[in-house]
Parts: sequence; C-alpha cells; structure tokens
Amino acid sequence: MKLRKTAAVAIAVLALTATACGGESGTAGDKPKDPTGGKEAPKLPTYTVAKDVKIDSPALKKAQKAGKITFGAKNDQPYLGFEDTDGKRSGFDIEIAKMVAADLGFSADQITFKTVDSGVRETTISKGDIDLYVGTYTINDERKKQVGFAGPYFMAGADLLVRKDEKAITGADSLKGKKVCSIVGSTPLQEIKKPKYGAETVELSKYSECVQQLINNEVDAVTTDDAILKGYAAQRPTKLKVLGKPFTKEPYGIGMSKGDKALRDAVSDALEAHIKNGDYKKAYDATLGLSGSEFTEPPALERY
Amino acid sequence: MNVLLDHLPEFRDGFIGTVLLTAASALLAMVLGLVMAGFRVSPVPPLRFFGTAWVTLFRNTPLTLLFLVAWFVVPAVFGTGMSPWTKALLALGFYTSAFVCEAVRSGVSTVPLGQAEAARSLGMTFFQTLRLIVLPQATRTVVPPLSSIFIALTKNSAIAGAFSVTELFGVQKLLSDKGFAIAPIFLWVALAYLVITFTISGLFRLLERRLEVAR
Amino acid sequence: MSSSVLYDAPGPKALVRNRIYSVVGSLLILALIGYAVLQLADRGHFAPEMWNIFNNAGVRANIRDGILSTLQVFVVAAVLSLVLGVGLAVARLSDHRAVSAVATGFIELFRAVPLLITIYAMWVLFLTYKENLGFIGESSAYWALVIGLTVYNACVQAEVLRAGVNAVPKGQVEAAYALGLRKSQVMTMLLIPQAVRSMMPTIISQLVVTLKDTSLGYIITYAELLYAARTMANNIIVNDDNPYVPVVIVVGAIYVAMCLALSSVATWIEKRGRRAKTGIVPAAAGEPLEAPGVLETAAGPVGPQAPGGPEGTEGPADKQN
Repeated sequence: MKLRKTAAVAIAVLALTATACGGESGTAGDKPKDPTGGKEAPKLPTYTVAKDVKIDSPALKKAQKAGKITFGAKNDQPYLGFEDTDGKRSGFDIEIAKMVAADLGFSADQITFKTVDSGVRETTISKGDIDLYVGTYTINDERKKQVGFAGPYFMAGADLLVRKDEKAITGADSLKGKKVCSIVGSTPLQEIKKPKYGAETVELSKYSECVQQLINNEVDAVTTDDAILKGYAAQRPTKLKVLGKPFTKEPYGIGMSKGDKALRDAVSDALEAHIKNGDYKKAYDATLGLSGSEFTEPPALERY
Repeated sequence: MNVLLDHLPEFRDGFIGTVLLTAASALLAMVLGLVMAGFRVSPVPPLRFFGTAWVTLFRNTPLTLLFLVAWFVVPAVFGTGMSPWTKALLALGFYTSAFVCEAVRSGVSTVPLGQAEAARSLGMTFFQTLRLIVLPQATRTVVPPLSSIFIALTKNSAIAGAFSVTELFGVQKLLSDKGFAIAPIFLWVALAYLVITFTISGLFRLLERRLEVAR
Repeated sequence: MSSSVLYDAPGPKALVRNRIYSVVGSLLILALIGYAVLQLADRGHFAPEMWNIFNNAGVRANIRDGILSTLQVFVVAAVLSLVLGVGLAVARLSDHRAVSAVATGFIELFRAVPLLITIYAMWVLFLTYKENLGFIGESSAYWALVIGLTVYNACVQAEVLRAGVNAVPKGQVEAAYALGLRKSQVMTMLLIPQAVRSMMPTIISQLVVTLKDTSLGYIITYAELLYAARTMANNIIVNDDNPYVPVVIVVGAIYVAMCLALSSVATWIEKRGRRAKTGIVPAAAGEPLEAPGVLETAAGPVGPQAPGGPEGTEGPADKQN
C-alpha cells in the first residue's frame, strides 16, 4: 500500500510539472524599472548585413559554410549580456556581437548564442567550441597566451558593489578583513587577492550568485567591473549601490581563436566602422546607458 | 611531470583540502546518521517519521542542489556568517548521513532476533538493548558499506570546488584554465584521489579484520 | 515493523511515556520547521509575487525543457552504462588474465575518480578532438555528460553484476559444464540472467544515482534541470530579490519525485523477485552503491546471500517508506 502511495504521489508531481505548459506570457518577475524617468527609451540600432565577405580565416569559412556563427556570451548580466525567461538575449555585449556579425555577413538570426561562464572561457574559445566571445572579457597578457583579442571596445574598471546602508567600505583601500565575493577566473579577483587589500575572498561561478550572497549579508562586497555592477544595482535600487571608484582598468575585447589574425583584423575593422557611424553610441544608450552609466568614448583599438 | 612539479603547492593545498573536508564531513555524517538510525527504529512514531523523511529527502536530492540550499536558503533561515567551508561541510555531511543511516539500519536488522529478545528478557531498556547488544554487533556488518559510503563522500567533495573551497578538483580547473594540457593534470588529480580512496578502503579492511577476530 | 523486537509492546506506563515523547518530539520538529518558515517568510520568500513566477509561460517552458534534457541524458546514459557494465563484468570475470586485468584497472580507475572530474576531462577531450568526432563533436557538452555518466556508472554496475554472478551457486555452473555448455553459453544463459535478476534492486538504486548525477552537468554549462533552475533563480528579480527559495523548493520536489518514482520500481521488482522461487534472494533495495567496497565483499555479510534471517523479515517497503 505504502509503495503504491509513494508511486502515486511521485507520478502526480511529475504529471503536474509535465503538463505545466501554458501560463502567462511575458517576462517573469518585476517589470524593468524605467530609469529615464518617463522619457522615451532609446531605440536599438539596426545593422546592415555585409554581402560576399571574403576573409582568410578558417573559423569564419566554417561558419559561412554552416550558415551560422556561434558567439559565447554571459546570460546573467543585466544591460550587458542577459537572458530572460523566454530565452531572449539582450544587452550591450549582445549588440556588439550583432554589429560585428553583420559586418562578417551574418544577420541577427544567423547568430547562435551559447552561455559560457567565466571559468571555462579560455577552454571553449581555444578549443573552438565557439567562434567569437563577447562577455565582459578583459584583455590581458596572460589570456593573450591562450586566445586572440579584437578591441578593446569598452573600458571598464573594477569597482565595488555594496549594500545600500554600507558605511564602512568607501573604496578598495577599506576592505581589510571584509569578505569580498567574485568569480573564479576573473581579473578583479586576482587584483583583490593581493595582500595589500587584506580582504577575504569568496569565489563562486556566477556574479549573480555573489550578488545574492551580498543581499543575504554573507559577504560585504562584490567586486568586478563597474559596468556589470551598475546593472545589478539598477536591478535592485533599494538594496544595492556601486561605490563608483574604479581601482583597475579592464579593457573589454572580443575573444577568438589565438592564431586567427585575419578574423581578428576583420572584427577590429567592424568595431571601428560601427564606432564611427554612431551605431556604437546608439547601442550603448539603449542598453548600458539605462543602468545609469554615462557614455564615454571607447578606447583606441589595439591591433596586433 | 612538469605540471606537477611546477605547481606542487597548489596540488598540496588541494590534496589537504580534500582530505580535511572529507574527514570532517565523514564525522558529521556518522553522528547524524547514527542519530537518525536510532530515530528510525525507535518506538516513538514522530521520530520514526522524522528519520524516514530525513533519509528520503537527502537520498533523493542531487548533492549540487543541497549545496545551493546551503548557500542560498540556510543563511536566510539561520543567519549569516558561515564560511564556504562550513557550508560545504553541512551539505556533504547531511547528504552522506542519509546513506550512513540506511547502512546502520540494515546492519541492525542483521543482528539475530534472538539477541535482542534475550536482551529484552533480561530487562534491558530500548536504549540499553541498542547500545549494549545490537549496535556493537551491527558494527561488523556496517563496516563494509560504510567504507564505500566514505569513498563516495571523498569523491563528492569535488563539488565543493565549484563553491569556493580549495580542494583537488579546483586545482584541475585552475591549471587547465591556465592552459596546461588536460591529460597529465587529469592523471595527477586522479592519482591523488586514488591515494585517498585506497587509504580509506585499506583502513576499513583493517578494521574489518580486527572486528572479525571478535566474532 | 521488524524493529519492534527492540522493545516490548508498550504497557500503560510506557504508552504514556511514548505519548509524551511523541508530543514533545512532534512539537520540536514542528517548531524547527515553523521557525524556518517564519524566517523565510520574514524575508519575503513566501510572498505571492515570488511564487507567481511559476505561472509564467517562459518559466514553465524552462522547467519542462530542463526536465526533458535531464531525462534525455539519463536515459541514454542508463542504457549505455548497463550495456558497458555487462561487458566490463564479463571481462573482469574472464579466464584470460590480460582481459581481466585491463577490465579491473578500468573499473578501479574510473570508480575512484570523482565523476565531476571525469565529465570535465571528457568535455575538454571532446572539444580538443571535435573535428574528428563527427556527431559527438557537434554537441560535446551533451556527450561529455553522457559518456562521463556512462563510464562511471558502468564500472559500478559491473561490480554489482559481478557480485550477482558470484552469488549464483557453484553447483549450477558445474552442472552446466557437465551438460556440455561452453563458457560463453554458461555466461549468457546462466550467470548473467540470474545475476541481473538477483541484483535488480541494486541496479535500479544505482540508476537513481545516475539520475541525480546528471545535475553535475552544470560544470560544463549543460542546460539540464538544475542548471536551468539556477539561471532562472539568478535572472528573475521579484521585489528586488531573487526567487532562490521557491526555485530550490520546486526543483527539489521534482528531483525527489523523479527519484522516488524510479526507486519505487526497485521496490516493486524486489517484491516480485521475492515471490519467485529461484533460491537466489534479491538484494535489499534502497542502498545505492555509490562506490566500491560493498561489492568487494559480495561473499560477506551485505552480499545477496547475506547471513542472518532478519534480512528477510525487514520488508522492502519499510526501506522506502
């Protein structure tokens, strides 16, 4: 009897979840707040898809043959790289991906986005699991040994996200003995681990999980690039704030296979063109700009 | 060869981390498992029910989910301030305790009925019967499954690596993210786990032999 | 309950005492649960808006897709691991020293290494040789998870089967040889069927472990149920907070339900097996053999031929319920 009951309950729960289709449409959770204060929200730019692109890059040729290009991206960074419950991606990095793809001859629906967490970025890029990577990816020498970078297309800086009522932490120099959360394999984490800060570090695999730890009072601050942090603060304006005192420079690049110079140049060209024709600023205003960061001119491209 | 020699401190820290975490959670799991097994055979229905619920819950939930609970739900209930290590300890200890409980309980059931009956007829109470007669005899049958449970625990501790605890799996990730070939790292890490698991099964075999003499 | 032998049928005094214990015990347990619920409610985790997310079509679709991809991995890995498990068991029991040694080494290695590490290593390996792998290279994360689960669980299943084979009475094998059956015939017609039969509950318990372990796919960002749940918990904002608690509770319930459904199959089979008069007692259900050890002592106390009658007195249903 008991056995039957267990089985019945188990099957009932399974059936409930299995038939749980339908339901309200639209994004789950709160409606995004409108930080523009009633003004009309800036619109996303549209990009013209280039035709007959001929670039001597093995990765690109393969993508052209397949008729689709694969971008690695983050899925939990509001206004940068975010995926809502309907699977729709949005954010500044996503726009960068679209404009680059357009110049390489791929329309927006020929892009396949794959969520790649920070910890496995180098592996997926260097092994060719994705063609290009846009996900708040800081260019540095250590990484250049493993992957190629086009850009930088944006200059961020490591900053601190704290609770709204935080008084003790005023900047990176007041972190002594505080618990700071960041994610495995990120550059601000390497920085904050240096003994001069004297901070205790907690490493998780996603920034959003760090943010949750901060809200739960489990850690005292979250450190990573200001652009990412501002997105989280804008999502939860009653609970969190960004200090606004960046203490490193984090130039974002587009990651790709290391030896592919032709592709690197083509991506750099695409970035340059879109910065010049104003698409870049439009994309910024319609994404990152909404989190309250001022527009700044992009840094000069580094070609190598 | 070079990967190991160049990163000896990392490997050492990872190894020690795994050993410590395993030992601590094994202890917690033993204590909890024994208590729960006691609950499950006790004459008090609510305790029996609690023990059963405990085992069902922890045995049928993925360990990763328990880690998420330890990180995101437990602080909301019991307040903050636990270190990542403590959280990993709780998740691993609670999870493993369900398996320990079941091993102990089936051990108890292999003690011949006459033993317990004899103890009862001598006027022993439930606790006396359990403590003086049944559990010491159950130990023998419980030892082999316990060995496998603790070996599983050793391997499960790898999950803690993704939750801010320094241990062997974290070393593999760290080094492969630095761009070293996966094969040699994998072999060295695997070897380290083999050392730990063989030590555990060796110790338990020794224990088994010691207990056999008493039979 | 078999455990009743541990204490007398309670008399009037004991009844009163037990009743007091019952009340105190239930109160304590209820207080603990109540405290947890209150604390969570206090932080707004039980606000209706928090739970309303499950009315959303996208959230439901995500959970459904998560369940489907979890089951997809589970089914393929379960079938492959059973096939490979039989192969490994036969190889380890082989009379050829070399074959047996290779199988033993394979089993010991992959059983001792954490599954997480095997999966990660498989994934990097598949990505490295992506070009040469054809369809496997196309979805390396999926296959890394499937193959990782297969290899590990096959090793455990092989040991389960070996224990089952060892439990078949020697006389049967001798009789079979005396009748002129070949080695392969003895294995396929006599040993394996009986081993599978007697170890069925343990095999299914191990399948429950396989099912739970699909959640390790998060390490290589394979979007199974738990990964989907984490993404949702991270990305949905309700009342300036993330719905971790509701998501964990719902997904936890789904996992428990899936595992219970699977292990109730084990219990059912065990009950059926008990009815048949084969002389081989099916092993008790409900003890997933996560690791070596249990089976090394197949002839020992926990094996299928465990000494001590009480094994039989403890009904299988007690184990689950």
